[in-house]
Amino acid sequence: MTANVVPALEVRNITKQFPGVLANDHISFTLLPGEIHAFLGENGAGKSTLMNILYGLYDPDEGEILINGKLAKIKNPADAIGLGLGMVHQEYALVDTLTVTENIILGTELRKGPVLNAKEASQRVRELSEQYGLAVPPDAIVGDLPVGVQQRVEILKALYRNVNMLILDEPTAVLTPQEADDLFRVMRELADKGKALIFITHKLREVREVADRITVLRRGKVVGDADPKTASEGQLAALMVGRDVVLKVDKTAANPGDVVLKVRNLNLRDDRGLTVLDDVSIDVHAGEVLGIAGVQGNGQTELVEAITGLQALPSGSIELLGKDITNRPPRSITEQGVAYIPEDRKGTGLVLGYSIRDNLVLSTYYKPPFTKGLTFNDPAIDEHAKELIATFDVRTPSATTTAGSLSGGNQQKIIVAREFTRENRLLIASQPTRGIDVGSIEFIHNQIIKQRDAGLAVLLVSAELDEVLALADRVAVMYHGKIVGILPIAEATRERVGLLMAGIQEQANV
Amino acid sequence: MSNEQQAPAETKKNTELQPSKRRFGWLNEAIVPLLAILTAVLIGAVIVFVSIPGNKLPTFDPSIYGSRSDWFFSTLPERLRVTLSAFTGLFSGAFGDWTRPSTIPVAISNTLVESTPYILAGLAVAVTFKAGLFNVGAEGQLLMGALGSVAVAAFMPQWFGVASLPAIIHLPAALLAGVIAGALWGIIPGYLRAKTGAHEVITTIMLNYIALQVMDYLINGVMKDKSATLQRTPFIHENAALPRIISKATDPSLTGGQAYPRLITTTSSTWDLRIHMGIIIAFLMVGFIWWLMNRTPKGFEIKTVGENPEAARYAGMSITGTVVGAMGLSGALAGLAGTSQVIGLEYNLKAVFSSGLGFDSLAIALLAKSNPIAIVPAALFWGALRTGAGAMQVNTGISINLIQIIQALVIMFIAADQIVRWIYRIKQAEGGKITFNRSWGK
Repeated sequence: MTANVVPALEVRNITKQFPGVLANDHISFTLLPGEIHAFLGENGAGKSTLMNILYGLYDPDEGEILINGKLAKIKNPADAIGLGLGMVHQEYALVDTLTVTENIILGTELRKGPVLNAKEASQRVRELSEQYGLAVPPDAIVGDLPVGVQQRVEILKALYRNVNMLILDEPTAVLTPQEADDLFRVMRELADKGKALIFITHKLREVREVADRITVLRRGKVVGDADPKTASEGQLAALMVGRDVVLKVDKTAANPGDVVLKVRNLNLRDDRGLTVLDDVSIDVHAGEVLGIAGVQGNGQTELVEAITGLQALPSGSIELLGKDITNRPPRSITEQGVAYIPEDRKGTGLVLGYSIRDNLVLSTYYKPPFTKGLTFNDPAIDEHAKELIATFDVRTPSATTTAGSLSGGNQQKIIVAREFTRENRLLIASQPTRGIDVGSIEFIHNQIIKQRDAGLAVLLVSAELDEVLALADRVAVMYHGKIVGILPIAEATRERVGLLMAGIQEQANV
Repeated sequence: MSNEQQAPAETKKNTELQPSKRRFGWLNEAIVPLLAILTAVLIGAVIVFVSIPGNKLPTFDPSIYGSRSDWFFSTLPERLRVTLSAFTGLFSGAFGDWTRPSTIPVAISNTLVESTPYILAGLAVAVTFKAGLFNVGAEGQLLMGALGSVAVAAFMPQWFGVASLPAIIHLPAALLAGVIAGALWGIIPGYLRAKTGAHEVITTIMLNYIALQVMDYLINGVMKDKSATLQRTPFIHENAALPRIISKATDPSLTGGQAYPRLITTTSSTWDLRIHMGIIIAFLMVGFIWWLMNRTPKGFEIKTVGENPEAARYAGMSITGTVVGAMGLSGALAGLAGTSQVIGLEYNLKAVFSSGLGFDSLAIALLAKSNPIAIVPAALFWGALRTGAGAMQVNTGISINLIQIIQALVIMFIAADQIVRWIYRIKQAEGGKITFNRSWGK
């Protein structure tokens, strides 16, 4: 970081006021060519606002942006790209039915007269992908590709437009650990070739792995810069949330009781006839957390949906406390004491257009005390909402605020509050902390352990290995629809579980 | 410590996301429909202004007017007068000529009579919008309701071999028959949707055709009044009729010998009104649907399935049951609209019975944004336009088609509410993104 290098990007005193919130408060930073600059912050810290200003989606109230030392006016994304600044959003802007090449050249088509010069375009895509180690099949249909590859297409799209700065907004949120590692390799490669990268995340381990420099944002302000080589995860987390967070979950040894959930020989094929569940059998005992580790898409979703009655099963049996619940309707299973945090918070767990109050009774609305005769008992529902908002620390102006206007962490707290306050025997938590801030993660982890200690059987499914290792008492690993190993937590090292997740089996444990 | 500091910041942010909802409440919801109506009416006025029929204006004669533009400017006062008279004509048709108070009761009664089926069928469509369904079948359900009720109202005593049945049996039986027939016609597409995924827009359109043909077949066949020259059923029994509220006694020579009931019988022509108990039933249904949707678990299920079927299934709600139930309820309401027309107003069923009531009800549900209470003003507006249009044409010579243009523009502006928001610089309530419509009538 020598003084005589002209920064690729310099931001001075950017301030953005939304009515009622100061989203960015005099933020300044520099971005040098060839560096990966991470921005760390909780949801709502102002990261996205800042990036949207850089990308021309918002106008700043104050401050200036310099690109290569020159004052720049960025009024829209086209200006940004013209100035060499590209962005890969959390949600990809790809057309599923077009090929990789078509997606990349969309809007900048090379023409031969009125006809698309497909050959040359395809050639350029191939060159770029080789140059930066971004392996993509140029002629594949984008919709058929895994998320990790789609992301590479997004990156290529920016590179194709000759950007020399790239903003990656929460790029790992949807990736498997392997895909994330691949991405980090690509990011390094890009940086080595002189591109400047801005990496937005709230995952502590990632920034330490890949970033050259870390800027921590909190409530619209830069609260600190850190060197990834020296800063510990604990220090970074403290900067982010403004207090010391316990990353390790405090818990005592499990005290397992009787079998609560007994799953035997589940088999399932998908529409295309591919095996999704392959003879899955597991037991979950009262008072223990069984963690299911595995790369996403290896049958975890279907297993959980089969247990909760959302997925019909052609064969196998599921028993809850000795009672057969195979293929029972979801409500009957819920009523027998199953709490379920679904993996898709916004699509399944909540009705975003409903108030918090209504979401809190989404699965119990039909019975007393929430009904009185034929109608709802509003005082009871209001009281319930008030109580849960307080107990579960949901940050909201009121119980009638819509769930959709809350942050991810607060949305997840609503689901946890609703599910944990029924009379439960079994708790199924699927990706319970995906994409939420550290403070909420800590809270939800503690709640899960509290449920375990109260004698519930807990089945935890997570794509984040750290989460499984922090919470589970036993770890089961799923690979291609099969349970390829079950390890007690003491034996479940990152390396051993990692091998199993990759499908490399150990004789002794199968 | 900082934990507590964080809370107010987030609180502020969340309040900010929906300030308008808090401060303006229903007015904020109603502003776009109201401005859509205003805009449509203004455009309607411009259309009248420029397209006044030739016989209302002096013809262009070069020897009198130097040029066409001179001619145009000399006709401006007349154009303005005619344009205004179109709207005063519309108003007096719908609400009476207030300089002659004796015209007021009949006009308002006519408007309410027109609005009655709109309220019921509008509710029918609104219920399905809430459930995320698009019931284009209100027309067919309404016809089936009319058929069911006329069958019972005109023929039931015959089935039991008696001359007449007491009103306490016959009237409820006729109502029930219409409701059940409509409900069945709604349940069919509901069931097909829930079990096979067949889209309700397609199936309900097809069922509309079938209903129309069934009606045609029956009123030309077993249900035809053999003594009549028109294609129609016999008059219903007087004990199966919904009473008119205030009216002159019926002339039995015009009603096949039946003396239909009135709550108040008058001899005054001013108070000889067509308004009947159907309007009361319609208002009761508005209350019932509001209560159902906002106060009961069943309504909660309908709304949840409409908002997010995934979440509904996860929460243990039955998607099949809710879809079939919502379509059945919708069919029942549309059936009731047909029923009230037959046993409250027409007293028989003719081939030209509906003239698109079921289709207009889609417009009403859209205009009311599926809010059961807002269905009432939306239906009254529609009813007033229709009632006033006839008077306008008679009094000013302006074609009744003007009203259809205005109605079409209203719906267009509701559907494309961005246009209205842009014209009047109204800020987006939430989000601010233009999205493709996934659900209807919200």
